[in-house]
Amino acid sequence: MEHTIPEKHYLNEATGWKSWLMTLDHKRIGILYMIMVMFSFFLGGVFALLIRWELLSPDKILMGPEMYNQAFSLHGIIMIFLFIIPSIPAILGNFVMPLMIGAKDVAFPRLNLASWYIYVIGFCFAVYALFTGGIDTGWTFYTPYSSESTTAVIPILTAAFVLGFSSIFTGLNFIVTIHRLRAPGMTWFQLPLFVWAIYATALIQVLATPVLGITLALLMLERVVGIGIFDPAMGGDPVLFQHFFWFYSHPAVYIMILPGMGIISELIATFSHRRIFGYKFIAFSSLGIAFTGFLVWGHHMFVSGQSDLAAVIFSFLTFFVGIPSGIKILNWIATMYKGSISLDTPMLWALSFLILFSIGGFTGIVLGTLSIDVHLHDTYFVVSHFHYVMVGGTVMAIFGGLHYWWPKIWGRMYNETLARIAVVMIFVGFNITFFVQFIMGTQGMPRRYATYLPQFQGMHGFSSIGALIMGVGFLLIAIYLIYAIFKGKPAGPNPWRALTMEWETPSPPTAGNFEGQPILEHGPYDYDKVIPENALKPYKTI
Amino acid sequence: MDTTRSLFLPPQGSTVASDVDALFGFIFWISLFFFVGVTALTVYFCIKYKRKDGKSETTPYIESMALEITWIVIPTILLMVIFVWGFQDFVRLHIVPANSMEIKVTGQKWFWSYNYEEGATGVGELVVPVGKPVKLLMSSKDVIHSFFVPAFRIKMDVLPNRYTITWFEATMTGEFEIYCTEFCGKGHSEMWGTVKVLPQDEFDKWLEAGSGPGEGESMKDYGARMFVKNACNTCHSLDGSKNVGPTFQGLFGRREVMSDGTAITVDENYIRESVLNPMAKQVAGFDPVMPTYQGILKDVDIDGLIAYIKSLEN
Repeated sequence: MEHTIPEKHYLNEATGWKSWLMTLDHKRIGILYMIMVMFSFFLGGVFALLIRWELLSPDKILMGPEMYNQAFSLHGIIMIFLFIIPSIPAILGNFVMPLMIGAKDVAFPRLNLASWYIYVIGFCFAVYALFTGGIDTGWTFYTPYSSESTTAVIPILTAAFVLGFSSIFTGLNFIVTIHRLRAPGMTWFQLPLFVWAIYATALIQVLATPVLGITLALLMLERVVGIGIFDPAMGGDPVLFQHFFWFYSHPAVYIMILPGMGIISELIATFSHRRIFGYKFIAFSSLGIAFTGFLVWGHHMFVSGQSDLAAVIFSFLTFFVGIPSGIKILNWIATMYKGSISLDTPMLWALSFLILFSIGGFTGIVLGTLSIDVHLHDTYFVVSHFHYVMVGGTVMAIFGGLHYWWPKIWGRMYNETLARIAVVMIFVGFNITFFVQFIMGTQGMPRRYATYLPQFQGMHGFSSIGALIMGVGFLLIAIYLIYAIFKGKPAGPNPWRALTMEWETPSPPTAGNFEGQPILEHGPYDYDKVIPENALKPYKTI
Repeated sequence: MDTTRSLFLPPQGSTVASDVDALFGFIFWISLFFFVGVTALTVYFCIKYKRKDGKSETTPYIESMALEITWIVIPTILLMVIFVWGFQDFVRLHIVPANSMEIKVTGQKWFWSYNYEEGATGVGELVVPVGKPVKLLMSSKDVIHSFFVPAFRIKMDVLPNRYTITWFEATMTGEFEIYCTEFCGKGHSEMWGTVKVLPQDEFDKWLEAGSGPGEGESMKDYGARMFVKNACNTCHSLDGSKNVGPTFQGLFGRREVMSDGTAITVDENYIRESVLNPMAKQVAGFDPVMPTYQGILKDVDIDGLIAYIKSLEN
C-alpha cells in the first residue's frame, strides 16, 4: 500500500526558527533535545576514539598522560551528563509518552521548554570548561584530587549542577503528566510499559538529583570559599564525598537503564505481535529497581575504607537489584514464545540488548560479590561491565527506539538494508571492543591508565579495532537516518502494526496530536483480540 | 576449569587467592549456563515463531504465576549462596592474623614507600618473606591512592586522613606487580611497584644488610639502581626531555634559574638539598610537586644518586 505524508503536521504547521525556539509542542521539544543530545553523543564518541587510539601502544602515541586524563574525563562527563541521562526521557519520552497516553501535550509545556534551555546552558558551561583548562578528575570528581586539580573544575561542576535541574524539570513534568493526562479508560495497568519505565525514572530524577546538586555545590564552596568538607587538608573527609556522590550516581544508573528497558518492552511486544508476558511483573520490577537502586550506593566503595559492616549490607542489598532485571529478561523471552516474530531493525536492536545486557547483568553479580570485587574494583573489568550495561543496554535501546519511532517522528522510513548492516556492525564492534576488557580486568589491568605494561598491548589493540568498527557503524546510522528525514518513503501511520495509541495518529502527527480527546478502546498489547493495520482508523473521542 | 582460570586470572600468589578464584569460577559457570540458555531460547523462538505470509495473529496467552515464582525464587537462592560465600571470604580478607609482621606503606604522588618495624625502608619494591602473614598499615601523603596486588587478590584504598589496613600471606617466591588503582593524576599509570617475595632466610639477610652498593658494584651503578627503585624516573628523564621535573641529562654543573629568579649551579649540595628538602630551591618552570625523601633515603643512597647524575653528561 502506498502512503502519503499528510498535508498538515507538527513539522510544517508553523515555520521559521522562532517557531522552533519558542515552541511549546512536546514533539518539537523532543527534536530540539535530539539535536543537542546526539551532538553530545558525537563529541563523547570522539573522545572515546582518542582514548582507544592512545591505548594502541603501552607508551605515549599522541597524548601525554595529562591529555589522556582529560580525554577519559571528558568522555565520561559528556556521555553521562550530556548524553545518556537525558537521552531517552528527554528525546523519546518527550516525543512519544504524551502520544502513548492519548494526551495533547505534557502537563507543563513551558516547564518542558525551560528544561531544554537549562540543558543548553549546562552544555555551554561544559564547552566553556573544555576551552579553559579542560578537566582531569574523571567523571566521579573524587576528592581530594578534585579539590586540588588546576583544571576547570568549577565550570564543569557548574555544568553538571545546571544539567541536574533540566533533569528534575523533565521528571517532575512526566510524573504529573502520567498521573493527570491519561486518556479516559486508560487505567494504570493499561499503560504501555514504556510509560511505566519513564514514570519510575522520573521518580528517581526528582528524588536523587538534588543530592548531586548539593554535593557539587559543597565541593564548589570548598574550592572557592575554603570551607573544609571533603579535603582532609582543611579538616574534611574524602570518603564522605564518595558517599554523597554515589547516593545520586548509583540511582542515576537506573535513570540511564530503566527507560531503555521500557523501550525493549515495547519492541518485543510489537515485533512478536504478542501480549506481553507478565505485564504486572515488568511494571512493578521497574518500581522495584527504582526503590532498591537507592539502597546500594556503597557497592562502589567496598575498598574505599568504609566500614566492613556497611560493605556487607550494601553487598547483600545489591543482589536484590539483580532480581527485577532478571524478571524482565525472562518475561521478554516468554513474550516471544508462540509469537509472530518479525526481525525488523528495531527488533534486532532489542535482541542485541537482550544478549549484551544479560552479560552486563551477570558481570554485575561478579562485582557485587564482596571478595571478588576487592580484586576487580577499578580494573578494566568494571569498565567493561558498565559499558555492557550502558552501551549494550541503554544505547541499544535508544537506537532501537529511534528506529522504531523514526517513521512516527518524521513520517518517513529509513533504508532497511543499511539499518541491518549498521546494527550488526555495532553489535560485533561492541563485543570486540569490550569483551577483551573483561579479561584484561581479571588479569589486573587498572582503569584510567595512560600507559600500561606491555603484556596488555595485544588485547588493547584488539579492543581499539572494535571501537573503530563501532565508530563507522554510528556514522552510517547518522547518514541513513538523516537521509530518511528528507527522502525516505512515506511510512504510513502504523508501519509496524502496533497497538499503542501513538500509532493511531498520522505520521508525522498533527500539532495537537489527536482530534478531540481519544478514549482507550483496547489495551496496549491486545494482539490476541485486535489486528492492527497500517492505515488511519477513526478512534472514539469525547 | 584450570584453563579458564588461567585465561582470566593472574597466578595465585597468596593464601586467599584460590578461595577468591573458586567463587569466581562458580559464578562464571552458573552465569555461562544461564546465558547460553537464555540466548539459545531467544534464537530458537526467533526461528520457530518467525512471522509467515504477513500473518500476525497470535493466540491468547496464559498467565503463569508458577513460572513467575520459579524464576524469581531460583535466582534468589543462587544469589544468596553467592552473597554468603563472598561474605565469608571477605571476612578472611579483612581479619589480620595475630602473628603478622607489620609494614607501614605510604602512598604519594607517584610512588609507594615502605617502613619496616626493624628500621629498614624501601621505595617501589616491597620485600617480604614467603609463608608469613604481612599486615600493611597504609596512609597517603596527598590524594587517595589504592594499593593493588593482582596476584594476591588484595586491594585497599590509601587515604590521606586515616590508616587503612590490608594483609596477605605470600605462598610462593617471585616478583608480583603492585598497581595504584585510584586515579591520582599525571603519574597515576606510572605508580606501580613490585612485591618481591623471598624465602625467610634471604629475607632476614635483606633486612640486616640494609643499603649500600652490592659487591663489585660501583657507586654510579648503585645510583642508577636507586634512580629506578626510588621512582625518580617517574618525573625525571634521562634524554633531555621535559617531564614533571627537570631532566637529569647534563644536570650536574648546569646553571639553573630558580623560581625566585636567582640562579645557581647544580652541585653535590644542591642535589642533596633537593632530595631532602625539595621546596627550598626549585627550578623555575616546574610545579612544586617533588616529595621529600627525608627518612626514606640514606646517605649512601644519596651519594650513589649524585655519582649517577654526574655520569649523565649531554
